[in-house]
Amino acid sequence: MSDFKSDFWSWWIIAIAIGGIAWCIWLLTTNKNRPIAAESIGKPMGHVWDGDLQELNNPMPRWWIIKFYVLIVFALAYLALYPGLGTFKGFLGWTETGQYETEMSAAKAQYGPLYDKFLGESIPALAADEKALRTGERLFVNNCAVCHGSDARGARGFPNLRDHDWLYGGTPDNIKTTIMYGRNGVMPAWEAPLGGEAGVNEVANYVMSLSGRKVDAELASKGKAKFDMFCTGCHMPTGTGNQALGAPNLTDNIWLYGGTPAAIKHSIAAGRSGKMPAHSEFLGEARVQVLAAYVYSLTHNSEK
Amino acid sequence: MSIQDKTETNVGLLIVLSLVVVIWGGLAQIVPLFFQNSTTEPVEGLEPYSALRLEGRDIYIREGCVGCHSQMVRPFRAETERYGHYSVAGEYIYDRPFLWGSKRTGPDLQRVGGRYSDDWHRVHLTNPRDVVPESIMPSYPWLAKTKLDASDIQDKMHALNHVAYKAYSAEQIAAAPAELEGKTELDAVVAYLQGLGIQIKVTR
Repeated sequence: MSDFKSDFWSWWIIAIAIGGIAWCIWLLTTNKNRPIAAESIGKPMGHVWDGDLQELNNPMPRWWIIKFYVLIVFALAYLALYPGLGTFKGFLGWTETGQYETEMSAAKAQYGPLYDKFLGESIPALAADEKALRTGERLFVNNCAVCHGSDARGARGFPNLRDHDWLYGGTPDNIKTTIMYGRNGVMPAWEAPLGGEAGVNEVANYVMSLSGRKVDAELASKGKAKFDMFCTGCHMPTGTGNQALGAPNLTDNIWLYGGTPAAIKHSIAAGRSGKMPAHSEFLGEARVQVLAAYVYSLTHNSEK
Repeated sequence: MSIQDKTETNVGLLIVLSLVVVIWGGLAQIVPLFFQNSTTEPVEGLEPYSALRLEGRDIYIREGCVGCHSQMVRPFRAETERYGHYSVAGEYIYDRPFLWGSKRTGPDLQRVGGRYSDDWHRVHLTNPRDVVPESIMPSYPWLAKTKLDASDIQDKMHALNHVAYKAYSAEQIAAAPAELEGKTELDAVVAYLQGLGIQIKVTR
């Protein structure tokens, strides 16, 4: 893009480019027309290197001169057709961004209708469509696998999408909303309100008891009192969580941040924050629709 | 004495004429770039690196990230589909030196800002295989354990002010050490990465 602060720079470039070519033409014609005296052709120029390496006085070969003229013509033609001479745009009107836009609109013409068709179908219907799922899988591998894993089984801190346990709900609409607009999960730090390490330990014991794990009964019963006071607002009195808030179900023995006593204590004491980035701008709704169908298929297609 | 003999025997003249030949293309291709809005003005919303991000950038350089990661999305569909909008010159105004890179063993990072969560970056930088089992990126576990050395941040900011742009005000420079207080190198790198390329977005 040429958006010079002053027109001077346009003329500066034109002068240097044209001047350079003109200089080449001058050099070529003046030297071509200057005949070498017949008696000095093929004679040494007076330089000798390494004892016997000499420079002989010969006219420039014709093929070389022709090549030089071809290059001059090429340069002038190029500068006439393509942008190069300052702000002159060239007769072809080519631009780098223009070439990119052409490439993009060609791709849109080719793939746009395919995605529009996906957008017109329901997510469960797409989840039964092999072709749509193959597209969805590619989109998943390119955009989602970095956190959720190429097998969609997640990683510590990044949800497993195949385990039927949903933080924000597993309906087609829930999945699509999650991908489109992202999610922000916030578990506050509870160490101070719970009265320090001992309190955290009690609540952790109670939380582990919710999924039937072996715990210290006395600690757990103390923990239940604290759980009822601080935790039920999000995790519900039964500990089954709340998908409207993204509060995990604590009774299913599935642990996003690890299920060891130490990991659970850390989650309670220091809190956690999970962030799913929004993809509506980057991917657009049609691609999100196919992606949601792929994610939906992971838990709803029996063969998967 | 012909021109040829003169240039061949007078070293001073040979040097001058050689320089003219070498400089000719640069006069047309390089010099005008310094007098062009798109190459000298920041894109809308671009701010100079904050003290924390500046430290992160220096760690990015120290750890050699640029050896495997480019920061330049070219205007081809194959790149913009994956990374986002192609890069423009005005996004690199405060990059001294620029970190365009020349080789992609890992992905381009110019539009990585906001693509993943802060937590993801922390896990990934500490041990990439915790989140991407197939990854061949080295682990950088020391970043989380090392406190930032804030002793030369003000000198760095002064130096950048001298390079080309008046990037930092006296107040910003005075406040810089406080901004780095208690931060680790990991905090700095994550802050640097999360701010990359967020001024220009692709919208479908």
